[in-house]
Amino acid sequence: MKTKSLFRTAALPLAMALAVGTGTASAQDKIVLGAAVSITGKYSTNGQNTKDGYDLAVKRINEMGGVKVGDKTYQLEIIYYDDESTPARGAQLAERLIEQDKVKFLLGPYSSGLTKAIAPVTEKYGVPMVEGNGASRALFQQGYKYLFAVLSTSEQYLASAVALAAEQAEKAGKKPGDVKVAGVFENDPFSQDVRAGVLEDAGKLGMKVVIDDKLPPEINDMAPSLTKARALKPDILIVSGHAKGAALAINQISEMKVDVPMLAMTHCDSAKIIEKYGKAAEYALCATQWDRGLSYRDDWFGTAEEYAVLFEKEFNYAPPYQAAESTASVLTFVDAFQRAGTLDQAKVRDALAATDMQTFYGNIKFDETGKNIAKPMVLYQVQDGEFKVVAPTKWASAKLRHPTPPWSQR
Amino acid sequence: MDSLQILFDAPILNVQLLLDGLLIGAIFALAAYGMALVWGVMNIINVAQGEFVMLGGFVAVLLADAGIHPLFGVPLATVVLYAVGWGLYRTIVFRVVDRDLFISILATFGISILLQQLANQVFGADVRSAEGGMGTLFLFDGMVTVGWIKVLACAVALLTGVALWLFLKHSRLGQAIRATAQNARAARILGIDTDRVYAATYALNAAICGAAGALVAMIWIVHPYLGLAFTLRSFVIVIVAGLGNLLGVVVSGLGLGAAESFAGFVFGAEFQAAFTFSLLVVILVLRSRLLARKRRYLK
Amino acid sequence: MHRLDRSLLIAVALLGLVAPLLLPAYTAQLAMLWVMVIFALTWDLLGGQMGYNSFGNIVFLGMGMYACAVIQRDSGLDYHSALFVGMLVGAVLATAFSALLGAGVLGMRGHYFAICTLGLGVAAGEIASGWDYIGAGSGMVTPVHPGEVGERNLFFYYLFFAITVATFFTLRRLYSGRFGLAINAIRDDEDKAEAMGLQTTRYKTVAWCVAAFFLGLSGGALGNLIGFIDPRDVAFSGATFGVWMVLMAILGGKGTLWGPVLGALIFHVTQELFWSYLLGWQRVALGALIVLIVVFFPQGILGWARERWPERFGQRVEPGAADGEEGRA
Repeated sequence: MKTKSLFRTAALPLAMALAVGTGTASAQDKIVLGAAVSITGKYSTNGQNTKDGYDLAVKRINEMGGVKVGDKTYQLEIIYYDDESTPARGAQLAERLIEQDKVKFLLGPYSSGLTKAIAPVTEKYGVPMVEGNGASRALFQQGYKYLFAVLSTSEQYLASAVALAAEQAEKAGKKPGDVKVAGVFENDPFSQDVRAGVLEDAGKLGMKVVIDDKLPPEINDMAPSLTKARALKPDILIVSGHAKGAALAINQISEMKVDVPMLAMTHCDSAKIIEKYGKAAEYALCATQWDRGLSYRDDWFGTAEEYAVLFEKEFNYAPPYQAAESTASVLTFVDAFQRAGTLDQAKVRDALAATDMQTFYGNIKFDETGKNIAKPMVLYQVQDGEFKVVAPTKWASAKLRHPTPPWSQR
Repeated sequence: MDSLQILFDAPILNVQLLLDGLLIGAIFALAAYGMALVWGVMNIINVAQGEFVMLGGFVAVLLADAGIHPLFGVPLATVVLYAVGWGLYRTIVFRVVDRDLFISILATFGISILLQQLANQVFGADVRSAEGGMGTLFLFDGMVTVGWIKVLACAVALLTGVALWLFLKHSRLGQAIRATAQNARAARILGIDTDRVYAATYALNAAICGAAGALVAMIWIVHPYLGLAFTLRSFVIVIVAGLGNLLGVVVSGLGLGAAESFAGFVFGAEFQAAFTFSLLVVILVLRSRLLARKRRYLK
Repeated sequence: MHRLDRSLLIAVALLGLVAPLLLPAYTAQLAMLWVMVIFALTWDLLGGQMGYNSFGNIVFLGMGMYACAVIQRDSGLDYHSALFVGMLVGAVLATAFSALLGAGVLGMRGHYFAICTLGLGVAAGEIASGWDYIGAGSGMVTPVHPGEVGERNLFFYYLFFAITVATFFTLRRLYSGRFGLAINAIRDDEDKAEAMGLQTTRYKTVAWCVAAFFLGLSGGALGNLIGFIDPRDVAFSGATFGVWMVLMAILGGKGTLWGPVLGALIFHVTQELFWSYLLGWQRVALGALIVLIVVFFPQGILGWARERWPERFGQRVEPGAADGEEGRA
């Protein structure tokens, strides 16, 4: 008989677990959003940025009186889960948010991989999801109807860097076809998509791709790739590998004294390369979704700079673009709720699709696949210990310094 | 195989790859030596090896953040990790010492998750590094460059190895450790407090890994999820070298570093780890084949 | 006591059949519970019954997942046919691969086997993430089930329930016959078993093939349940699914038929509770839990209960299966 009662004992916690969640159904004056973000695991730094961005938006909007939908005013609330930076977990949590917490609207997770795992779930349930951190182009080729991204997709990240390399080659009296491109990309959905964009652009300009390496995510050393770069002398070296890739690249290029005329990367700001590596970070080009110096504004936060100041006051660090685009995701939802005048998921979805607005983060207007086509990427260069915008020319606050002098003269 | 072509066209790159590989290998060897020690003496496969390296790295990073040269992190990490190792032994590890080997693998796996996640909570998942600002050594007209820090790390690793060897050979405790490794029961009968020996061994292992970690922080980067790479490579090295063979561990550590460096260059970085672990499988299969043949021969 | 075993079976089967109707909101999580049960059961076949502690069974899961996803992508069949063909192909591939591997790997003993399989798991993940045909590091997106939302979850729930039932009865059948005795003998003393004329290699390989078959089968379906296949974090996720298999079997009591089922249930529920209430600290709690399980419950719940009340267990175990006095490896 023992086994049976043992089994019953074991079933008890299950019953307890099942009782959970049913009590959290949304109160009447609240709109509950759900989000799985990476609080632990390899993306937890950027996951925290994402969460801070969401939280700031919710706080601000609630302070300003909440969201007016039809003739009722609602406060915002977010239910969070930790996806541990793994897609399997993310998909399960999305399911859970929708089925058990009865969340009707989802905010995106951090990273393309997690978004890829969650988008099929939200699509299946017809739950609109606005995300600001899944940049992979592949996300918008699946025909998803309920996925909206406020950010520029990943193939655009370094397009302007490749264009700059071509421009500089022409200035020096060479053809773009003479430019040798070296790429080192982390082997994950985001960076591989950046790679696809770079290869495409380089192909169009007739550039030669001399190095095309994939870095495993757990890499702690990129010396073999840099050794190749020394041998093949590329005109532009492109590195994409989240914060870890950026930190490693600066660290090892300066130690190995590899000379490249142009170095372009992603995630420099979240890797804090200036604080950490000082002079060694000079001349590096960095793609960014957003900068506090840009001339966008909205009614909730004012200008980009005002947003940045508020964010710093709240969280004691300067907002990286990951936080800004997360905040913008919440704003996009709020705008759509107000225009829809109802919390019906299909109507909110249609309102989202018709979004056309400006936020402190940039203009937001979705194409039929759900990606934002109204906001360009920005390119920084590290100049005298500061990130200066060098492209596009509309916002450039400094001139590009090119080429990077060899290490012997730095 | 364009990459191979490059190596033929510019043979000097072989030197670069070899040097880089050997210098990484020295650090692998350090962590692996600790693992061999614990495995040989306590019959425990310590899966938390890489987490000790990671913690040692954070010690150096914190020092650097406080404005102290991270080189002092090497002795400090040694001391701190010795204490951590001792504490872990006294709370958890002593309970699994004489159990099945598999139990100890799982228990130390639990420890490794615990340390990793605690580090994530305490230090954050940011990628950190401790810049030593040591400059670079140029060889062959600047065609080959080696950071001084790597040279130093290699020296520290080798010195630690020698010191350990002397310690095990000549000190009282070292002799007790070796005696316990040979036959724990006999050692107990002869009045050796094997529990203390185990504690010292486990703590010593943590300390060695801590020193390696401080060096890692100065050469590369540190983050809470760094551990696994070091743990798995330690396995590979120890299995190739065999237990209780200091020289073997050093040689196979250096060899693995060099092999990985070339594999990363030739096959591309994405297959570097695949290469290492396929190598592990192949070595193990060959080893078991050899043993089987020997068994048959003995019969 | 054969009757108790049978009534337990009937109770679990009934519960399994009606659970999604009682708790419709939890269907996806319940489906995941059966996945966990399959993981624990297949691991225990080698780890518990045969004494070969594998960290590499995840390889078969990942192979099934990728094989099925590739068939779904390239075959042009409709959703359900592609899924079933894919699952079968995955299962066959995994079985063939395990038979191939068995020859080299199962010759190893003890921890060398454990480490070698660990290496296999990691290497498989790394190779998959470098292979462009299956999406390399970008992973693969599996097609979305065509039906209504509720219908889809029920479909996968019953699919996994069916695989679990098939696995359970296959293992029960195997354990109660000559095969069970043979692999128990291998666990207790392989050299002696061999000296008695047992074809140990053949038994070991067959055991591994059975585990691989069911893992490959469920891998294909699991890829569809999750919706996105990442080479390291989903398909060959040694640090999560791979280790959980081991833990669940140990927690419930390895070397018993019901132990892994019980272990999977407790583990899954505990995990879900951690995830709900310990935001950010759940992995710390998981690490602590692992240490506690392993240090204080190395024989698992059923093993502990059996030690405590051997006479009751001596009666419960069906004749011919694992008996009460075997040494716990």
